[in-house]
Amino acid sequence: MTWLAEPSVAIVLTGVMVGMSAALLGSFLVLRGNSMLADAISHSILFGIALTWLLSGQTSGPLQIAGAALSGVFAVYLIELLTRTQRLRDDAAIGLVFPALFSIGVVLINVYARDVHLDEHTVLLGEIGFVWLDTLAVAGIEVPRATLTMAVMLVIDALFVIAFFKLLKLATFDRDLASALGLAPGFILYAHLTLLSGTAVAAFDAVGVVLFITFVVVPPAAAFLLTRALVPMILLAMFMAALSAPVGYALAILWDVSISGMMALVNGFFLLIAYLLRWWRGVRAGRAEALVQPPPSSSA
Amino acid sequence: MIALLSDYTLQTVMMGALLIGVLSGVLGSFAVLRGQGLLGDTLSHAALPGVCIGFLIVGGRSLEGVMAGALFTGVVAALVVVFLHQRTALKMDVALAATLGLGFALGVVLLTYIQREAGSAQAGLDSFLFGQAAAVLRRDLYPMAVVTALSLLMVILLWKPLKLMSFDPAFAAVSGLPVRLLEITLTAMIALAVVVGLQMVGVVLMTAMVIAPGAAARQWARSLSGMVLLSALFGAIAGVVGGVISALAPGLATGPVIVLTATAIALVSLLIAPHRGLIPQWYRRRHRLQHTSTDRILLTVYELAREHGDWRYRVEQGAVDAYHGMVTEPLLQALVERGHLQPVRHMPDEGAHWQLTDKGLAHAEDCAARWTGGSRLRRSEPVG
Repeated sequence: MTWLAEPSVAIVLTGVMVGMSAALLGSFLVLRGNSMLADAISHSILFGIALTWLLSGQTSGPLQIAGAALSGVFAVYLIELLTRTQRLRDDAAIGLVFPALFSIGVVLINVYARDVHLDEHTVLLGEIGFVWLDTLAVAGIEVPRATLTMAVMLVIDALFVIAFFKLLKLATFDRDLASALGLAPGFILYAHLTLLSGTAVAAFDAVGVVLFITFVVVPPAAAFLLTRALVPMILLAMFMAALSAPVGYALAILWDVSISGMMALVNGFFLLIAYLLRWWRGVRAGRAEALVQPPPSSSA
Repeated sequence: MIALLSDYTLQTVMMGALLIGVLSGVLGSFAVLRGQGLLGDTLSHAALPGVCIGFLIVGGRSLEGVMAGALFTGVVAALVVVFLHQRTALKMDVALAATLGLGFALGVVLLTYIQREAGSAQAGLDSFLFGQAAAVLRRDLYPMAVVTALSLLMVILLWKPLKLMSFDPAFAAVSGLPVRLLEITLTAMIALAVVVGLQMVGVVLMTAMVIAPGAAARQWARSLSGMVLLSALFGAIAGVVGGVISALAPGLATGPVIVLTATAIALVSLLIAPHRGLIPQWYRRRHRLQHTSTDRILLTVYELAREHGDWRYRVEQGAVDAYHGMVTEPLLQALVERGHLQPVRHMPDEGAHWQLTDKGLAHAEDCAARWTGGSRLRRSEPVG
């Protein structure tokens, strides 16, 4: 069982799990039309990461994930608060909150964490190439810490989505109906965003906060172009996101460039393929229609 | 202080920060008014590959090459956003977020490519992520000044169409303006603001410089020209203050400090601006609450009950609120404490309702008699 600590296996496995958990939660975000919240959350967690580090001295582990995840939710709360004052539109509210929290995070790191493993470039860009360096013994098996953390997050995310699937679906597509039925759509949406920020924190070590957005938004967008049923869309998005890890890794090794950047970029390639497939389907459907259906008569 | 201000490096930083602040303040005003603030976020993240491409083509850390590259990829990113939004069923937010993430990913990949190819020559290229005031040279100010001057000239020449586009794009279209072209111009303007801010604020945080000054100015201004001028002023203050602080404290990235200054200005404006500010609003509400007598509220309930021919009529709180144009709950509660009203439930899931008590009815009739009867009362203007 030493293969888990093998660099390439650890890197690809971590990438697969980042992609799967991000695409799973991202599907609901994309459907709700709130994609830019992923941007806000993933930037804002730097504030939480810096703050929990200052308070506890930890740069990884459950405490740090929970603390930083709270800062993502805090950002969403601040955005809602600003929007509710009706003095700003929601785009301006988002654009005010997350750069501010991100800036506080960078300044805190600049001032207090000069020589710690924590630096803003890692947070921004990720160092998935190094995940295998930091291992943890679980039941006698050496497991890379980041891989383990992502696995735990993926399981939590999956359990959440499975357990609250109906509620999540209803809250995503018809929030008003959900609250009219006496359910708590606000609560479930906040829970969803909490998990999203938790996943972003777990993933920041590996892919960095900005590339995380790509995994959250692009695979669900590509899947959305191909199917309109919710479950197939989620599964397709997760599949594409998972596939982007090995493909991206191979290309990154081939061209000797950033692994996490390449993994993220492969998702864009999938989006392009999805668009072309859809376009081709449209062309074929148009042609079939022209062959089968009589030309529309103006008298009808 | 004088010696400090005459410091050559500091002068350069201040001039650069001034240019960035003024330009992003002016151009950002239009983005804020059109609800396009997040386009700035996407364009600035997508400027990163442009920085790398400019570096690769020109071969060196010359600001002109980097700026041209960033402008190019910024415009390409804007086209991708428009394409994704118009040619697929994807919504605007997805188009923005996807372009942002993919653009940045491409930038990261190119950055590592340059690190490998160019080796140490790339030193400082990643200062474009967060901006580094110390990296600004005197000769870098010229391209920044040229772009700023051209952009401001464009705004002045296109003032009327831009104004119309910002407030009523539909009317702009029917009145025969080239809406498509103007939209491209406005988008290109955001890209230009990003490009000028690259070196000091960096690609990650440039969005705040597009949004914060405009959002702050919006709270104070009552005309577009006032808003744009104020926004330029706020942007300049944020740029200079933030730039100087970070230049004096080595190790502090410039972008975050400038952004925090701009955000502070925006927050203070949200709180204290005379008409739209939250504190003045709170004060006006409190003032109104304190200057409305409980007897007046009681009479409103009394009159509503009388109109319905039922002294036990359950008056909805919303009706009292609407009539007085304020939240009357504290006053209603005070009346309950005096025994003049009692809270009642009308139907489940409906707002609070209130009912006259015998004591309240007697007191209300006293008041009504004192105030020359109900007919005049009904004509009297609601407070506020």
